[in-house]
Amino acid sequence: MQKTYYDPSDLKKFGKISEWNEELGSKFFEYYNSVFKEGSLSEREKSLIALAVAHTIQCPYCIDAYTGDGLQRGITKEEMMEALHVAGAIRGGATLVHGVQMMNKVNKLDG
Amino acid sequence: MTKLKTQSLHKRESKLAQANKQLEILSNGIFQNGELPTFAKKIAESNQFPLRPKKLEILQINVGYMCNQVCTHCHVDAGPDRKEIMTKETMQQCLEVIKNTGAHTLDVTGGAPEMNPNFKWFVEEASKAGIKDFIVRSNLTIIRANKKYHDLPEFFKKHKVHVVSSMPHWTQGKTDKQRGNGVFKQSIQALKDLNAIGYGIPNSNLKLDLVYNPSGAFLPGDQAALERDFKKALLQDFDIQFHNLFAITNLPISRFLDYLIASENYEDYMYALVEAYNPSAVKNVMCTNTLSVSWDGYLYDCDFNQMLELPVNSKVKHISEYNESLLQDRDIVISQHCYGCTAGAGSSCQGTVASN
Ligand code: SF4
Ligand code: SF4
Repeated sequence: MQKTYYDPSDLKKFGKISEWNEELGSKFFEYYNSVFKEGSLSEREKSLIALAVAHTIQCPYCIDAYTGDGLQRGITKEEMMEALHVAGAIRGGATLVHGVQMMNKVNKLDG
Repeated sequence: MTKLKTQSLHKRESKLAQANKQLEILSNGIFQNGELPTFAKKIAESNQFPLRPKKLEILQINVGYMCNQVCTHCHVDAGPDRKEIMTKETMQQCLEVIKNTGAHTLDVTGGAPEMNPNFKWFVEEASKAGIKDFIVRSNLTIIRANKKYHDLPEFFKKHKVHVVSSMPHWTQGKTDKQRGNGVFKQSIQALKDLNAIGYGIPNSNLKLDLVYNPSGAFLPGDQAALERDFKKALLQDFDIQFHNLFAITNLPISRFLDYLIASENYEDYMYALVEAYNPSAVKNVMCTNTLSVSWDGYLYDCDFNQMLELPVNSKVKHISEYNESLLQDRDIVISQHCYGCTAGAGSSCQGTVASN
């Protein structure tokens, strides 16, 4: 039996998800590939966004993929870490901004 | 990345300094047990085995393995401690060939070719042959290394030399990590010197191209996108201009192979190369239009085969017995390092070879 839920080699098999639903799988990959093409944002900027989101959703496949993608694009480790801090700030901020809700409730019930 | 070494594998008497040890590694393990297909098997899938040359376009001459740098990825295992230097006599034999070859490009490389004591004489003589494109691969820092080299930009200009130089990144950190402390600053100064006399300026016929190769165990990204980023950063930060950027894949030989093994990246890197294999890159790999001459005058399919001591599979083995038509009728010698030339958009000394 497989000992872990995640296997790095599964990333290479991502495309196989189309085998069980060709139509939706192909639509997804077509969409995915279009998203990462140069548009108003450069491919480089999109790669950094993907890296930050990958850490936010804590997807090991995506972290693996977009760290490698960043290196290939010449993105520096300083840029990568800055992108992560943006993700971290939003994550932390999202926790803390709910503090207002907590404060409202405390003030209402026990103010 | 492992710590930057200051000596070549040869000087360190590393096992990997021996070509047969490198070839053994490339043939054993994952390629022997069938986990990955050999390069021969892979190209046979699209009926491209054996690999054969097309028209000869580029004559690449390696005038010696001595270099002022000891870059971590160097496929030549070059460094100040290498003593293999082309003699004037062998240069003379090369000149005879240069005068009569059908190739339109002469590509002089090393080591740091400028460190050959007869380099200037050779360039002067070779430039008289009227070859269309005369390339010298200059590592940039050599221009700043010693006073005697400060006039190189003017010398290149006088002989209409096309300068091709390595630059792994537009930031100091990544460049120095691969090429040594201080290399970035020196390279920037050398580029400024070249720009100042017209090299690399848009529409100037003094050609200045840069070579990018990754600073670690990953493949280069899209060449055009990297060129855009390099141009933007070098212009913005240093007011430097250049013409084209060639994105080159590191081949798993010599010091880069040593690095891959030491950093436990070898297998993953070979997997990445095989996975990125692009059959349409095969027909334009460098060996199909290039011949490589070593410092001692022997002939090879490419500079990589030269370092692996895999001579041309032809009756003609040496520049002194050069015969272009006989040489063209040969099978190219391949091994698993060749996967480095066929990954993605392909890779050669002139950059990518196929559009994806
Ligand atoms: S990569 Fe070029 S500059 Fe660096 S050590 Fe090798 S020959 Fe010299
Ligand atoms: S390594 Fe040399 S022989 Fe092999 S494909 Fe590349 S250019 Fe050809």
